[in-house]
Amino acid sequence: MQTKESDRSPLIWGLIFGILFGFFLQKGGATKYDVIIGQLLLSDFTVLKIMLSAVLTGMIGIYLMKTLGWIKLNLKSGSMGSNIIGGLIFGVGFAVLGYCPGTIAGAIGNGYLDALVGGLAGILIGTGIFAALYPRLKTGILKKGDFGNLTLPQLFKVNDWVVVVPVAVLICLLLIWLERFGL
Amino acid sequence: MELLTEVRWTPYAVGIGIGILSWFSFLISREPISCSTSFARASGGIERLFRGKKVELKPYYQEIKLVVGWQGILVLGIIIGSLISALLSGDFHWQWVPSLWASAFGNSPVLRVIIALIGGVFLGFGARWAGGCTSGHGISGTLQLAVSSWISAICFFIGGILMTQFLFKVIA
Repeated sequence: MQTKESDRSPLIWGLIFGILFGFFLQKGGATKYDVIIGQLLLSDFTVLKIMLSAVLTGMIGIYLMKTLGWIKLNLKSGSMGSNIIGGLIFGVGFAVLGYCPGTIAGAIGNGYLDALVGGLAGILIGTGIFAALYPRLKTGILKKGDFGNLTLPQLFKVNDWVVVVPVAVLICLLLIWLERFGL
Repeated sequence: MELLTEVRWTPYAVGIGIGILSWFSFLISREPISCSTSFARASGGIERLFRGKKVELKPYYQEIKLVVGWQGILVLGIIIGSLISALLSGDFHWQWVPSLWASAFGNSPVLRVIIALIGGVFLGFGARWAGGCTSGHGISGTLQLAVSSWISAICFFIGGILMTQFLFKVIA
């Protein structure tokens, strides 16, 4: 984990981006337990539609700016042990709590007290437990199948756009398919 | 201005908005939108209040640093932004038990809070184990086509869907 460059960037922008992000999440219904659990029950596809259209829009813009040399990517390095096991544990928590770390902040703003009193306290305890176990996990399971900072284009050893374009097309097709089936 | 007072926007408008937000977040702050590190820092910060400076020496806190930082302010902003949106549309209300939960597990706020707390423990622990959450991996990482984030995001949903089926189809 690298020292975050952003910790030196003007905090006011963090506030502005956060307010906009929270505003969007609330307008999309993603601050609500019923909407998030509806997605995990596969009865309400709002969350997936928000995520996929965000990824589609974001990806095209980010890779355009990267190609133009305006920005650099800011990736999380990873490993099979970290991303698969951590991802599955996260998923269990996601289902039991019904919020995630971003949407729980939105849920608190929406007035949901189960998020504030139960969920927030739980997340703080969970991260604390992780910090306590970290020295034992760091060089073991978290390093299993380590692949570091890697993008899909690097993995396939192709030009960025050889991946960006098909992913964009696939996301569009998936969204059209969801609408066609009335999901 | 009617747009601002609507209770719900289409998921596509919201998603495109978040996508455009990610452009500016990269351009201006050189940072993707992500949330879960801030909860780990808050947790360490609270522990420091009780146990003093030595908490900072824990290897994990040496790596993430116990500061508020840009991302902590971002999370604070999410609360404010959601509150503004909910107030503008009249969608703000205090609520202990979500209706879908109530339909399956009853109206008890105590039960809901206890289960939310347990869920939160797994969520916080898993987010740190995977190195990110639904924002950092699920949106910001996948849109950069990071391998770590695609694997994590897929596992978030596999774990989440299976556990939800178990809760609502087996237990309830």
